[in-house]
Amino acid sequence: MKLNESLSFRNVKGRPARSAALIILTALMAAAIVVGTITVTSLKTGLGALEARLGADIMVVPASAASKKNFENIVLQGSMGYFYMDRSYYDKVAAREGIEKISPQLFLASASSGCCSVPLQIIGYDPETDFTVSPWIRKSTGGELGLLDVVVGNDLSVFVGDTITFYNVECNVVAKLDKTGTDLDTAVYTNMDTIKKLTASSLELGMNDFSGIDPDKVVSCILIKVADDYPVDEVLNDLNLHVRRTKSFRTKDMISGVSDSLTGVSGIIGVLMCAVWGLGLVILFLAFTLSVNERRKEFAVLRIAGASRRKISRTVVSEALIITLAGGIAGIIAGLLIMLPFNGLIEESVGLPFLLPEAWVIAALCAAAAAVSAAAGAAASAYSAHRISRLDAGLILRGDN
Amino acid sequence: MIIAAENISREFIRQGKGTNRFIAVKPTDIAIEPGKLTLLTGRSGSGKSTLLNMLAGLLAPTSGRVLYGDTDIYSLDDNRLSAFRMEHTGVIPQGQTAVGSLTVIENICLSFMINGNTAGRAAVRSFARELMTKFGIAELENELPSALSGGELRRMAIARAMIRKPDIIFADEPTCDLDDENTELVLKILRVAADDGTAVFMVTHEKDASVYADVHFSMNAGEISTV
Ligand SMILES: Nc1ncnc2c1ncn2[C@@H]1O[C@H](COP(=O)(O)OP(=O)(O)O)[C@@H](O)[C@H]1O
Ligand SMILES: [Mg+2]
Repeated sequence: MKLNESLSFRNVKGRPARSAALIILTALMAAAIVVGTITVTSLKTGLGALEARLGADIMVVPASAASKKNFENIVLQGSMGYFYMDRSYYDKVAAREGIEKISPQLFLASASSGCCSVPLQIIGYDPETDFTVSPWIRKSTGGELGLLDVVVGNDLSVFVGDTITFYNVECNVVAKLDKTGTDLDTAVYTNMDTIKKLTASSLELGMNDFSGIDPDKVVSCILIKVADDYPVDEVLNDLNLHVRRTKSFRTKDMISGVSDSLTGVSGIIGVLMCAVWGLGLVILFLAFTLSVNERRKEFAVLRIAGASRRKISRTVVSEALIITLAGGIAGIIAGLLIMLPFNGLIEESVGLPFLLPEAWVIAALCAAAAAVSAAAGAAASAYSAHRISRLDAGLILRGDN
Repeated sequence: MIIAAENISREFIRQGKGTNRFIAVKPTDIAIEPGKLTLLTGRSGSGKSTLLNMLAGLLAPTSGRVLYGDTDIYSLDDNRLSAFRMEHTGVIPQGQTAVGSLTVIENICLSFMINGNTAGRAAVRSFARELMTKFGIAELENELPSALSGGELRRMAIARAMIRKPDIIFADEPTCDLDDENTELVLKILRVAADDGTAVFMVTHEKDASVYADVHFSMNAGEISTV
């Protein structure tokens, strides 16, 4: 006999089937919170990272690249695709009014054959004019990239100090970027000089991958920062009107497309969570009310043995807390087991930038889920606790004689 | 005198056509003495349980006072009244009243589990075993109540009422659903408790019980009289 084992705990243990059912229910409720909130924050984090990474007000691409499919890829996945336009467009764009900073980028696809370590997207930028990539490359490396230095996206399984080979040219990995939750995580960034080396080497190897792509003559996209006293929309319209055969996008609009989808997805998740919780709370409330009502006599016996009304209601509430906390913790663990190993799958299936928040944010969400579960137990049992503690033991035990 | 009631009565509001007040116990004076078995008999519905509950600190009277020494127990707040019940009274309620999720010995020690009190655990346990041995349920210590017969459950309830060595034991129809053998066993247990100095107040409609009693009241339609 363990007299120190609390009465509430014994009551929970004494009805294993009922307790297990309620624990599973609260586990589902807590898991819904964990999965739902981590998904929503991951989407928000992904959006934030994408926003930060884009860093430009306007992005100009060849008109031919501006197909709906491409646009969606750019917007939703941050994947750039492979398209090129003559460098003269760069000068044309640069000549327009209201442009404070302008810089070209060139996208290459590395071959999957033996000369290259892995097939991936190589993004070349121009260190002289660049204003979008350099800041976070500087943050990661503490300086500029030298010739044959590359910075790799977070999903690539190479490490700082490793080398990575493209067209038999060994490049040094000098930094690894933070995750963005987009295709940029599998890209490699390097400067135009390195790009030239790579294309030259591929030609020497007799490969035709880049036959039409001369880094001196073509660019893939042009990034623009608009001067402070010019409205971005005006500059955008001006570019779309006057620089023909290109298409200019406002990056904010690209992001706002993402953030619209994000609002939609968050809304759906919110509704589902509310449904699970609404239903769960009703079931918990009924279950606690029934179970207490069923045991009126037992509580009356506690009263005659000297339990105060306060003690009676505490016993009822702690029974509920034991159940909802156990369920809550089980649900949190289940939720994490879904989110942490399978976040890649979720990322793919939602098709939006998806980036798990930092560990402390996840920890805080889990703590909140545990607190909310406990609060649910307290709330769902408060009514029956109050009612049973008000009842007169004398009347309950009066019997029929 | 352990417990004395001064002029206590109890009314109930009965829901019928309109509301009508119904007097279950008419103004009553009664004192319960230590070392004596006080018996209250009477027909069903005459107000016996109502009177017992008022004396036991479980049901506030509509009028009058219940005194324990100089203290009017119903002037105490719920915490103090509960503590009074815990320390000074043992109640054997009518019918079966086991806590289903607790073993027999835990049920007997229930009043020690209420406040998570672990002080004197070994002493409590050994006294519980002593009671169980006396009442012939020693080998049922770790059974759940569902495994016990009616007579065994009743003896368990008596042990539960006696675990804190109360000054006064209240027993409401303790033999009502028992066979002759168990009836005699229970009545003897209560008699011995009275002989050991405890005040015992027993309500029953068992005629034979009067041979065990020192004082015998009878109740009729809420009115008490000495037999
Ligand atoms: N809570 C209650 N509400 C209404 N009437 C009650 C209530 N409790 C008891 N009574 C009535 O009071 C009378 C006495 O009841 P009780 O004390 O239980 O009688 P006994 O124990 O002698 O059989 C009965 O007529 C019963 O119907
Ligand atoms: Mg009765």
